[in-house]
Amino acid sequence: MAKSILTHATACAVVLALSAGTALAAKTDITVGMQLEPPHLDPTSAAAGAIDSVLYSNVFEGLTRFGPDGSVNPGLAESWEISEDGLTYTFTLRSGVTFHDGTAMDAEDVKFSLDRARAEDSANAQKGLFANIASVDVVDPLTAKVTLSTPTGNFLFNMAWGDAVIVAPESIESIKQTPIGTGAFKFDNWVQGDSITLVKNPDYWGTPAKLDKATFKFISDPTAAFAAMMAEDIDAFSGFPAPENLPQFDADPRFTVLVGSTEGETILSTNNKQPPLDNVKVRQAIAHAIDRRAIIDGAMFGYGTPIGSHFAPHNPAYVDLTGNSAYDPEKAKALLAEAGLADGFKTTLKLPPPSYARRGGEIIAAQLRAVGIETEISNLEWAQWLEQVFRGKDFGLTIVSHTEPMDIGIYGNPDYYFQYDNPKFREIMDELNVTTGGAARTELMQMAQKIISEDYVNGYLFQLAALGVVNTQVVGMWKDAPTQATDLTAVYWTD
Amino acid sequence: MLRFILSKVVSLTVSLGVASLVIFAVVEIIPGDPAAYMLGINAQEDTVAALRAQLGLDVPKWQRYLDWIGGLLTGDLGTSYTYRTPVAEMVAERLWISLPLAVYALVLSTLIAFPAGLLAAARRGSMADVSVMSATQLGVAIPNFWFAMLMVLIFAINLRWVSAGGFPGWDAGFFAGLTALTLPAISLALPQAAILTRVMRSALLDTLDEDYVRTARAKGLSRGQVLWRHALRNALIPVLTIIGLQFSFLLAGGIIIEQVFYLPGLGRLIFQAISARDLIVVESVVMLLVFAVILVNFLVDIAYAVVDPRLRRK
Repeated sequence: MAKSILTHATACAVVLALSAGTALAAKTDITVGMQLEPPHLDPTSAAAGAIDSVLYSNVFEGLTRFGPDGSVNPGLAESWEISEDGLTYTFTLRSGVTFHDGTAMDAEDVKFSLDRARAEDSANAQKGLFANIASVDVVDPLTAKVTLSTPTGNFLFNMAWGDAVIVAPESIESIKQTPIGTGAFKFDNWVQGDSITLVKNPDYWGTPAKLDKATFKFISDPTAAFAAMMAEDIDAFSGFPAPENLPQFDADPRFTVLVGSTEGETILSTNNKQPPLDNVKVRQAIAHAIDRRAIIDGAMFGYGTPIGSHFAPHNPAYVDLTGNSAYDPEKAKALLAEAGLADGFKTTLKLPPPSYARRGGEIIAAQLRAVGIETEISNLEWAQWLEQVFRGKDFGLTIVSHTEPMDIGIYGNPDYYFQYDNPKFREIMDELNVTTGGAARTELMQMAQKIISEDYVNGYLFQLAALGVVNTQVVGMWKDAPTQATDLTAVYWTD
Repeated sequence: MLRFILSKVVSLTVSLGVASLVIFAVVEIIPGDPAAYMLGINAQEDTVAALRAQLGLDVPKWQRYLDWIGGLLTGDLGTSYTYRTPVAEMVAERLWISLPLAVYALVLSTLIAFPAGLLAAARRGSMADVSVMSATQLGVAIPNFWFAMLMVLIFAINLRWVSAGGFPGWDAGFFAGLTALTLPAISLALPQAAILTRVMRSALLDTLDEDYVRTARAKGLSRGQVLWRHALRNALIPVLTIIGLQFSFLLAGGIIIEQVFYLPGLGRLIFQAISARDLIVVESVVMLLVFAVILVNFLVDIAYAVVDPRLRRK
């Protein structure tokens, strides 16, 4: 009898100790929800933002890397020297860095990665980032020298992109299924259609990750995303797809809502070669016919910052040019009359799948109708949009968010789908490319913003907001999205 | 019987051949380039061309068709453009969810429909009949995805008994897998059960009006005995047809339910592949589904012949 009581007591103590243990120790694993699943796991050969969302900085690292505020910080390169003429970059690599398969990361890998990205048969979606590289040389195992054909003011910024991460020749064959990088997390498992699991890299060269395990779960349906969050099946959702649900999360003490900014300029893209849209007066009329606030409220439930040019408001070089295109339907009508279109005209409005485009498109169509412009709306899938609008240039108007960081340079390419052709703008871009000084660059970028704003190239709507929902006990998630990344290297649970 | 099966096999083969042509033609006509889709809006033209070459998209269409058919005949479904993994592997992985889900839902719907249909037919016009019929009316009318969301709200968000969706994989254990599939299976099964119950009841009532049933009754069999021995067997033909159709539907048609419960099933694979213009995946999976549907119909035909000997001689 005594023995059995004792056994019971011990058992109870053990159970108590166990439950106390689990209650006290903070969790070391996290499940992050995301809407889109990566098609494969090679960030250097696809445009899919979902690849970077899972792997950027967690698994793969570049010479430089983006910080949470979009600043460019040292990555695998500890430091660098730029020659007087701005043509030679000598990178000093960190020592003792190994890939997840145990092989050492050295200058040979840097050469391999950059040469692969700029090769003739390269499938890099951002091949333009490497266009100015003339050669990559290995000076010694920890020194790589990159020679450029023309000075590129943005070079260090370019090297921070997910498309410029350092990969190894030893593991390149199977990178699409088994990504081998140098990051604080190692790839563990991919259940296609469901989830990707990363585990902590114990041999990481820098500050080790605080989490032992991270699972990315792919939930494309907004209602399902809401349910999964509410049921606490997932601990965080990066890029929450239903802004209308955010107030509900905000009111719930279990969750924190993160509202930050992205690099996505959402614009009413306009075919500058298609009459009557080739007339700047007509484009200006459209700009004044649009009420940005109504679009942000109606399509994005209030999340988003109005923009007046193609530039991110959080950038230090940003100028607020929304005044150039203030909502003024009367002025819009007058401008149309000046252009000889007092009775209005008819054009097409082609909308890709995201809700900002579909919902925003309906509102814009109504606003344009108020000044006499009729739009014929057609809803397209992404593949159709790319074929018809982007490559075929068969459109009048379309709505799209340009999510690449610092992409004002697209206005310098007359073949780009909105077909804006202004030599003056191109001159500024050329000058910007060869300018490395901070103040001079800022001035040029501000001139560029003003030119396209005053030419009313496109209707500038709003900067897409980064919307995230996280469990209140999770610390360290990025609020802003300077690049498409879910950097978990500094994330941890509080007790 | 053998000749009957043989003639069915011939028509099965012809159907498959025609289907393959139609599928390939339709999928290839949809505008959109898989390489351009993958590379996005900053890609250079030469990069897109390089990727097209890597994917083998630069060869003529007829040659791609022949390669595809040749592959299918040897059991090779091709390699996905976007995922770069063999389609067969992807399908097998997804089937491990879609197939059990379809079977689970079908079992549930049959388990509900058989007793309900029998009860309604046996007690025609009674309170039981009226309630069963009203319930099926409701079951047919309620959209399954709405019912699914309602169940998520109750069982996952409020009661926290199950998770709101997802699939842990069969590696996590049979029971864990089954639990994850339970809400989806119920949402899929209820509307099917409602339809099946109504078919079952009306088929039984039809046979109950037949002369041979009256004869059987005149010979002294009770109502219940007649129902079991004579009516049920003859009523099974329309019921089997519906079950066959339902199974084909459940296999790929569960896409909305897969979306609600974010299950990585076959329906979602097709959906993703279409939007990414992963043509080879769409073609091979649709072909596989056509094969499955034709096969199920074939089996149903054989089952008819088993239940009704008259059909064998036709």
